[in-house]
Amino acid sequence: MTMTDTPVDNGVNTEALLGAREALSEAPEAAAFTWRATCSWVHGTHSTSTIEGFSGLGTDHQHKKTFTFEADHPECFASQDLGATPVEIVLAGLASCLTAGVAAVAQHRGIQLRSVTATLEGDMNVLGILGADPDVRNGFSAIRVRFDIDANASPDDIEALVAQSQKRSAVFDIVTNPTAVTVEVA
Amino acid sequence: MHTTVVIIGAGHAGLAMSRRLTERSIDHVVLERGEVANSWRTERWDSLRLLTPNWLTRLPGRAYAGPDPDGYASAREVAAFIDDYASAVSAPVLNGTTVTAVTSTGDGYQVATDRGPWRCAAVVIASGACNLAAVPPVAADVPPGIAVHTPLTYRNPTDLEPGGVLVVGASATGVQLAEEINCSGRPVTLSVGEHVRLPRTYRGRDIFWWTDRAGILDERHDEVDDIVRARSLPSPQLVGTPERRSIDLDTLAARGITIVGRLGGLAEGVARFSGSLANTCTLADLKANRLLARLDDWATSAGRDDELGPPERMEPTRVAGRTPLLELDLHRAGIRSVLFATGYRPDLSWLHLPVFDRRGRIEHCGGVVCDAPGMYVVGHGLVRRRRSSFICGAGPDSAELAHLLHQHLDARALA
Repeated sequence: MTMTDTPVDNGVNTEALLGAREALSEAPEAAAFTWRATCSWVHGTHSTSTIEGFSGLGTDHQHKKTFTFEADHPECFASQDLGATPVEIVLAGLASCLTAGVAAVAQHRGIQLRSVTATLEGDMNVLGILGADPDVRNGFSAIRVRFDIDANASPDDIEALVAQSQKRSAVFDIVTNPTAVTVEVA
Repeated sequence: MHTTVVIIGAGHAGLAMSRRLTERSIDHVVLERGEVANSWRTERWDSLRLLTPNWLTRLPGRAYAGPDPDGYASAREVAAFIDDYASAVSAPVLNGTTVTAVTSTGDGYQVATDRGPWRCAAVVIASGACNLAAVPPVAADVPPGIAVHTPLTYRNPTDLEPGGVLVVGASATGVQLAEEINCSGRPVTLSVGEHVRLPRTYRGRDIFWWTDRAGILDERHDEVDDIVRARSLPSPQLVGTPERRSIDLDTLAARGITIVGRLGGLAEGVARFSGSLANTCTLADLKANRLLARLDDWATSAGRDDELGPPERMEPTRVAGRTPLLELDLHRAGIRSVLFATGYRPDLSWLHLPVFDRRGRIEHCGGVVCDAPGMYVVGHGLVRRRRSSFICGAGPDSAELAHLLHQHLDARALA
């Protein structure tokens, strides 16, 4: 725990989060969320994903606006590079989730953040997705995340912050653990 | 039959309560399904030793007085200690009496047993915290031809077929059993989720000397940050050996045990392990070193630095730096047995009262069962203080709960 003279403000409302934790522990059905995305093929490997709403707290919610994400493959894959590749979007999702966690945990622990930068690398042998080597998996063989954090905390406290953000991260869990996926044709 | 208090279970916690009630001349009976210290006689693996040193083995009015205060008692020695205690305090134990149902009578309870019912004003649940193995749902997906074991049925490595063993869980139980099974010549893979790393000794003293003297074992249930989480933490990676050696993921890896992440799923005979092993190790390393720093602070403030060795810190867990195995085809890897060392839970299926939370855990505040006046629970982890998880916790817990129970009886008499 870091002591500061000025109140810590990382822009995270921890009181609301702690209140939600308490309230949802008593009402587990409200804690059941469903997140949604739709994706439309444009042309070639280019697609546009749209994110509008989700369900939770016993009701449907709309985002304040519709978010869209372009995805494509780069030119060296004989594509037009009209968007990030889907695997890069996965890296972005992991980075955003961990970074949000760093901010929330820092707020809770009284650590004032000045800057946080996550740099991610995911290794992939593309012989897998090309179907050229059955022993190579399609996905990342490894992901490395490097955090550069400037904050009023000791190196040990910062390391603990980053460790705790991994422990509570949805995307870190999604990436590190198996998830049952069903795909059907409408 | 009538009595004032029925204590269910003649283990260390039930007997400590019996002694407190006797001191207060409160009429009671101790119902025991088998014989005194039954779990220690019948439900422990052969090599088990207490995590706490003998000098911490104490109950109200009696402490370890043997020749090896720094040693760690075997299950047989614990059973003998508890047995002696039952005699010494003349506990009114009814052996071979299995409780089948506890129901409310409005102003008290009826305790049905296989040898007739008891009516009483108060009930003390002392039937143990480790009656059942808490096995995750993934156990149902272990493929045919591979045996599933739990620490409650396992006795020693010869219970297992020759061949590889997947041990799931890295609490004290998991790491101890992984080590002894590996020593028997059966190759072991150890699946590790969140775990608690502790050195056996620190600055020349047993880790329990530190947590006892520095007041950590006396942290109360209402002082702990998150009591639900604290009560569900796995037991620390410790083993009681004459050499007082530490046991952790690196010592196990050095013996040839394969360390993998948390078991995330099992499908078509392939086990998948979490890629979060490095972080669970980092969390355990940081937590262990925070504890050591706190102990150092205590030593300095208590003026004891001169009698202790120099402060040290745990080295980061080395297996965390290796790329862990993420999947394992059990048959192809020669795994013949899976041992789920994934914790225990009490069996309170006979308790027919609305005292359970939505996850089936008995709701109590410091051992006082919620919404069941005159009902108490003892001998579970962190009931009233960290010490509650160990035999030495029964002393202070029973003193306070006997006081509360006595108050309840007095109030009831006035009502």
